[in-house]
Amino acid sequence: MKTVGFIVNPVAGMGGAVGLKGTDGPEILERAIALGAVPKAMERAISVLRGLMDLDEVRWITCPGPMGEEAFLSLGMDFEVLDGDFAIPTTGRDTAFATEKMIDMNVDLLSFVGGDGTARDVASVIGDRIPVVGIPGGVKLHSAVFAKTPLKAGEILERYIRGRIDDFRLAEVMDIDEEAFRDGRLSASLYGYMRVPVSPEAMQSKKSGRHRESSSFRLKELACYVTSSMDEDVIYLLGSGATVKGLSDYLGIDGTLLGVDAVIGGRMIGKDMTEEEIRKAIEATSLKVAMILSPIGGQGFLLGRGNQQLSPDIVRSVGKEGISVIATPEKMEELFGKPLLVDTGDRELDEELRGFVSVIVGDSRELIWPLE
Amino acid sequence: MNKTAMIRRFHQASWDEPIIFDLSEPGQRGVLVPEAGPKIEESVGDGLSAIPESMRRSDIPLLPEMGQPQVLRHFNHLAQENLGADYNVDIGQGTCTMKYSPKVNEIFATSSKITDLHPYQDESTVQGALEVMYRLGECFKEISGLDCFSLQPGGGSHGALAMATVVRSYFRDRGEEDRRDEVITTFFSHPADAAVPIVKGFKVVVLPPDKDGLPDFEAFKAALSDRTAAIFFTNPEDTGIFNGRIKDFTGLARKFGALCCYDQANANGLLGIARAKEADFDLSFFNLHKTFSSPHGCGGPATGLVAARQFLGAYLPAPLVVKKGDRFSLDWDMPKSCGKIKAFYGTLPVIVRAYAWIMSLGAEGLNEVSRVAILNNNYVMKKLLSIKGCSISFPDHSPRIEQARYSWRKLKEDTGFGTEDVQRRIADFGTHYWSSHEPWVIPEPFTVEPSESYSKADLDEFCAILERISQECYDDPDTIRHAPHNSTIHHVDHDVLDDPDLWAITWRAYKKKYDGYFERRKD
Repeated sequence: MKTVGFIVNPVAGMGGAVGLKGTDGPEILERAIALGAVPKAMERAISVLRGLMDLDEVRWITCPGPMGEEAFLSLGMDFEVLDGDFAIPTTGRDTAFATEKMIDMNVDLLSFVGGDGTARDVASVIGDRIPVVGIPGGVKLHSAVFAKTPLKAGEILERYIRGRIDDFRLAEVMDIDEEAFRDGRLSASLYGYMRVPVSPEAMQSKKSGRHRESSSFRLKELACYVTSSMDEDVIYLLGSGATVKGLSDYLGIDGTLLGVDAVIGGRMIGKDMTEEEIRKAIEATSLKVAMILSPIGGQGFLLGRGNQQLSPDIVRSVGKEGISVIATPEKMEELFGKPLLVDTGDRELDEELRGFVSVIVGDSRELIWPLE
Repeated sequence: MNKTAMIRRFHQASWDEPIIFDLSEPGQRGVLVPEAGPKIEESVGDGLSAIPESMRRSDIPLLPEMGQPQVLRHFNHLAQENLGADYNVDIGQGTCTMKYSPKVNEIFATSSKITDLHPYQDESTVQGALEVMYRLGECFKEISGLDCFSLQPGGGSHGALAMATVVRSYFRDRGEEDRRDEVITTFFSHPADAAVPIVKGFKVVVLPPDKDGLPDFEAFKAALSDRTAAIFFTNPEDTGIFNGRIKDFTGLARKFGALCCYDQANANGLLGIARAKEADFDLSFFNLHKTFSSPHGCGGPATGLVAARQFLGAYLPAPLVVKKGDRFSLDWDMPKSCGKIKAFYGTLPVIVRAYAWIMSLGAEGLNEVSRVAILNNNYVMKKLLSIKGCSISFPDHSPRIEQARYSWRKLKEDTGFGTEDVQRRIADFGTHYWSSHEPWVIPEPFTVEPSESYSKADLDEFCAILERISQECYDDPDTIRHAPHNSTIHHVDHDVLDDPDLWAITWRAYKKKYDGYFERRKD
């Protein structure tokens, strides 16, 4: 029997149809309503829950009123509701408060309908303690914690509830600065990681009878291969993200998930470094400096998102040939048909980096991928 | 569209058949061999003592103890619960080239003239078998345009491994082994092409497809260097898309001193149309068990014949079949060869079938096979694409060669049912389709390869079944949800198939995993 939390952000997605690029903050919500925006999240929630009505091996816990309860009532499903004061209209604080309560109720997994803003509110409380499933309902969906469609989210939840998922991975929580975006500037940041269930897209080949390797296994394979081919006398700048942190974990050093670390000979010599610290370290050494990066899941950003401390100057001093790109095969398959991206803020440098890069995806395996 | 095509009523047998070991009854026998009478004993003794002690069993084999009728019934039950190439329009097993293998070839292959041979017989006593092997190789020199061949590899991946082995030996010989450590393949080439070079110590670099589904030529330029040992390309790939620029790829690879290796497991649409030689390949393997009249499936026995240009002949697995005057022999004098890669000399029954098939068709016949296979495929493609919810990968690129990879993406978006659901339901119509489409990047994929063996009516039937299923997804979801209804097994738990801890592919493994019958090995 699984206990699953279900949170709906009732205002998620409202700003989109009326051209507001998002619905973060009470003023924007008011403007959206004034412009005639209608709530969409409840429909999404109902469409997902409808496919899960017949499951009896689950205990649902949700929030009062528009934050979930209404969806369960309209379908006539059994559920328990959190007690507590929730504001109307709801805000990010309510999402965070509901998340805390869900943790207290010992949910096994938390699902939520919303967008990047909602994901950030959940992540601020939950971190990577309990797995989550994001149901896409927001305007901004840059985070990798969301299933591609509500239908997919429903499938993942069903598999999880039936006890058919035992593999999880860390997925990015991203958000853009809505204010800047409304002014036509895109500035996205990486806010953290949450744990998501890995749902195999595919049935395994009956022909080869190959066991589906778990994504954690693939990550370990990658880390083992990459760390074993690191030079002893090169300083490696390890970029942000879960894939690169897999290398530090494998080396047994306490790497930073969202920051940039420097290692040499398997030892950490700089942790969560600022742009200035990195620059000074490069200036102070006569050794070769290299960089190991991994694209952001689902996005493909390699530079300029979540790792702004790797400034154009630093990238230049390392040089294109000094950059190694690593990713699990699943991450690359998710990007199928989309190029890797750089946005260093320096047009000329972006231009120099363009072309094709080699992405290490496993032991002795590389994928050539376009970079734009 | 397929209004006139017949969709037959079908129901698979279900016998609830135990495993044969569970049917064993101590003391039951199929044959009781009589004691030898005195006259016989006089001339040959007891018939056993003549066999050296070291060659005699010390205990009885652990076979099930059963009477003949029980054995016969058991296997007939299993046959009825099965669906094989001889039972159905087998074109949904896309990229497997499931086609009709003429029964007369079976008669040749199972003739005692073949089955009674032993690989350790003296060459002088197996001239016929060697001649068949030699002549088959001669045929493949024509089919591929290359100069020499090895029949040893026991399957497609093994053929690819043989190519990787030749590449390695060749560069070792030239003193370039340490530098040339990379092999380039493509996203939609067979997964074996990306796997086997790693076994031989190479690093594998995979090219992405461009927007037309062809290997990206710009990426290829970026990937090539003086470290490139070889390219391993499948063409056409499993999408059915033929790379018409293949000579640009091989030409550029040559400039870098790399060898060009051709995975011709998808050769069924190319016979007498395009050859490895003209595409500038140095090595190529063919699956005799797909294209050349051996039933494909169940993991063998098979043959992945490898053909090579003259300058690589010395590196092929030893021995090679050679003709001196009117005698055939096995040439072991190959100092540069990697040696043997398989027991003995290849899978003779497969070789015999392939030879019989090629000789019965002749050059024009082989060409006709491919032309009909291509025609069938493009006919089916047109029909399938008119079915609601069905689309094709890389739609801007048609026609296709002998197969095509389709997608139920729209069906899934509209109805929630995808390729897995269609696969469950199709069993109710006495046919099947396959669900392995590595790499899994085309959403809700299925692959169809009609080959030349099927009539227009057969193809119409298969398309009509898929059309019916699509319609049910839209109008009658419950039928799909609870499918299959007419199959031996009404619910298949795929998760078990993905979990080696739950598999048992032998009786011993089953006992070990489920009964604790055998001691687990202590590490």
